[in-house]
Amino acid sequence: MKEYVMGNGAIALGALKAGVNIACGYPGTPSSEIIESLAKHPHEGLHLEWSVNEKAALEVAAAAAYSGARALVTMKQVGLNVASDPLMSLAYVGVEGGMVIVSADDPGPISSQTEQDTRRFADFARIPVFDPASPEEAFEMIQDAFDYSEKYKTPVIFRPTTRVDHGYASVEASDAYVPKAYDGFTKDAGRFVIFPRLSYKNHGLMEERNVRIGEDFSSYKFNTVEGAASEKAVLAGGISYMYAKEFLKDHPEVKLIRVATAYPLPESFLLKALEGVSEVLCIEELSPYLEEQLLKLAGKHHLPVTVLGKLTSHVPAMGENSADSVAAILRNYLNLPADAETNDASDLPELPMRPPVLCAGCPHRASFYAVKKAMAGEKTYYCGDIGCYTLGNSMPLDMVDTCLCMGAGVTMAQGFSHIDGEGKAFAFIGDSTFFASGITGVVNAVFNEADITICILDNSTTAMTGHQPHPGTGINLMGHDAGKISITRILEGIGLQKVVTVDPLDLEKAIATVKECAAIKGVKAIIFKSPCIAIEKSKKKCTITESCINCKKCIRETGCPALTLADGKVVIDTLLCTGCGLCKQVCPVKAIGGDEG
Amino acid sequence: MNKDILICGVGGQGTVLASGIIAASALAEGHIVHSAETIGMAQRGGPVTSHVRIGADAYSPLIPFGKADLILGFEPSEVVRNLRYLSKDGLAIVNTAAVKPVTASLSGSGYDGTEMTEYLSKHTRCILTDGDKECEKLGSAKFLNILLLGIAAGSGVLGLQKDTLVSVIEKRVPAKFLEANMQAFLNGFTIGQTKGE
Ligand code: SF4
Ligand code: SF4
Repeated sequence: MKEYVMGNGAIALGALKAGVNIACGYPGTPSSEIIESLAKHPHEGLHLEWSVNEKAALEVAAAAAYSGARALVTMKQVGLNVASDPLMSLAYVGVEGGMVIVSADDPGPISSQTEQDTRRFADFARIPVFDPASPEEAFEMIQDAFDYSEKYKTPVIFRPTTRVDHGYASVEASDAYVPKAYDGFTKDAGRFVIFPRLSYKNHGLMEERNVRIGEDFSSYKFNTVEGAASEKAVLAGGISYMYAKEFLKDHPEVKLIRVATAYPLPESFLLKALEGVSEVLCIEELSPYLEEQLLKLAGKHHLPVTVLGKLTSHVPAMGENSADSVAAILRNYLNLPADAETNDASDLPELPMRPPVLCAGCPHRASFYAVKKAMAGEKTYYCGDIGCYTLGNSMPLDMVDTCLCMGAGVTMAQGFSHIDGEGKAFAFIGDSTFFASGITGVVNAVFNEADITICILDNSTTAMTGHQPHPGTGINLMGHDAGKISITRILEGIGLQKVVTVDPLDLEKAIATVKECAAIKGVKAIIFKSPCIAIEKSKKKCTITESCINCKKCIRETGCPALTLADGKVVIDTLLCTGCGLCKQVCPVKAIGGDEG
Repeated sequence: MNKDILICGVGGQGTVLASGIIAASALAEGHIVHSAETIGMAQRGGPVTSHVRIGADAYSPLIPFGKADLILGFEPSEVVRNLRYLSKDGLAIVNTAAVKPVTASLSGSGYDGTEMTEYLSKHTRCILTDGDKECEKLGSAKFLNILLLGIAAGSGVLGLQKDTLVSVIEKRVPAKFLEANMQAFLNGFTIGQTKGE
């Protein structure tokens, strides 16, 4: 049956077709919909979980793969950093059942901290990587990835990028899910217990095996050559291949080489493809990975070929490629005239900026505002973290001084407290991030006697990535109620000076709570508890009444997007307003009314 | 048939439903379809776009500049922002009601979309409609997406049958809003028919 699905859906359907037995992931744009699609399709017999973080996901899956089961792990590229500890070791140990680690890259970056390149991780770990260029390909390629993994008994990486993950296409899904039959775990300490001697031996075997995989990949169906034999060739991988193909369909005289398996490099395929080629332009995103491999290959075999790409400034070093940027690069390379077709964009009127903001009624806005008010005039350090609440940095809140990586807010606040005894250090961390990587940081704070206030922004969901459940929400992906894990009891168990829960929308009380906690020495936590407006829809609305003196304090202080100006007067956009009541508590003349459902 | 349609607006305006309906209708009529959405950080009040590519000629999920047959614009400045995608003889269907960014409210800047609308009517073939006014008739701004879709259908630019679109809408919108959405579609359809030559 043909199904029109998102690339991530295609990956899920491909994995189901491959009989995957277990799938674990941690949400992260652009990868999150893979696990969600698995949950939406018939999958009786599949163990499915949102793991607490990527490291946990990979380890859970590894044991299944040791047992001969087919295991899928999903994450975004920075999640692979978290999972890199087990990954590096697992590469040495290998697997019995097929194991595919999907690590979705995000050129741009559109929703990430880095523009890192997962292909380099594959190379670093010495394991194969597959690089799909479209949702249709992803559907087929993920099945191939399982096969290769089983054939060579190694975990493999599957690397889509945002445009593949979030592009839609039709794929031929199978009607029924048939999980793979597997034998179960056979104890073999010589194989599954990693010791230096085992690593030494396996390192040699891996290098020898990778040469064979490179040969195998040389006849892989997605490593292709199109167009005529030409002296000037183009080499592309991932979505850039599609951009190049779209442009070169009008230029069949140009040879287009596509590499879908960046590591191990399909050397004989490339040597053949480069016959008669004197110049090759590499078009890829993120890092010049293929370009560097090509340079090595050319050096090793003394090929008379000039390699162009990011290293020669023919392709931008950073950012996302597009159909247009690739077309322009190719026109330049092939000495073709510029395209006259596009609309002239020289005299456009000045466009309004639209930076992303916290939603109208978002409880995080109230939490940040309470801390801001409570600490007015004091020297402070506001350490943010990864989630919607990173947007607390925008004006007028301006409440995020640092943001580094998952869980770093809690630990960085400690660093500030140790280096500056005067300032008050705060950490802001969401509930999902707290479970993923915040807890160990809190333990560190207590053990090493930091003086910090941890603000847990508990909105009972993983909002940023599309509202996935987490240990604090209870219901897991198997549909079972595992019981809500209490953040309060975890913190009490660690032994903080004070743990208190407050409703951020009760502004006066929230401010008083912050003041009280900040005054106590040691590690304190305030749990700002109020659900994300997207999971608990509110029918309440606030309105501006006659008594408004148009001082605009509500807009200036909260920056709520529901507050706008119409003919110079403050109005509330009733479609956006959730009646959270924050502006009402900010207004100096009590001119904002309403909030009854 | 090859058709490239770019849908643009601001996060939260319902662009994704509109692109989903166009894609599903094209599929129902037997076409090959590719589409792409903005997802993530940008959804929160930022500019959003959907690219729908109908036909076998499309490889990349994104429409190249100058190739879109239609821009379905939910907000005037967003249409201007994406104008480079429109082909020389392409059509822009524009909701003239502006969405003011928070930054504009904060700085007190007077952005209200008129400059954008003027620019568009000078530089492109377009159908301008005040979506706010039309939605008032329907009782809620929730129906803007289906209204605009109706305009596109009425103008004939989609190359899709009205019946196909209607039956997809019936499947996609919640039952309790079906009637209002159908009204929105039909109102839009009439606007599209009258204004689209
Ligand atoms: S009550 Fe005020 S602050 Fe809350 S959503 Fe409505 S306008 Fe925004
Ligand atoms: S703070 Fe109160 S008085 Fe001032 S503009 Fe807002 S509603 Fe009007």
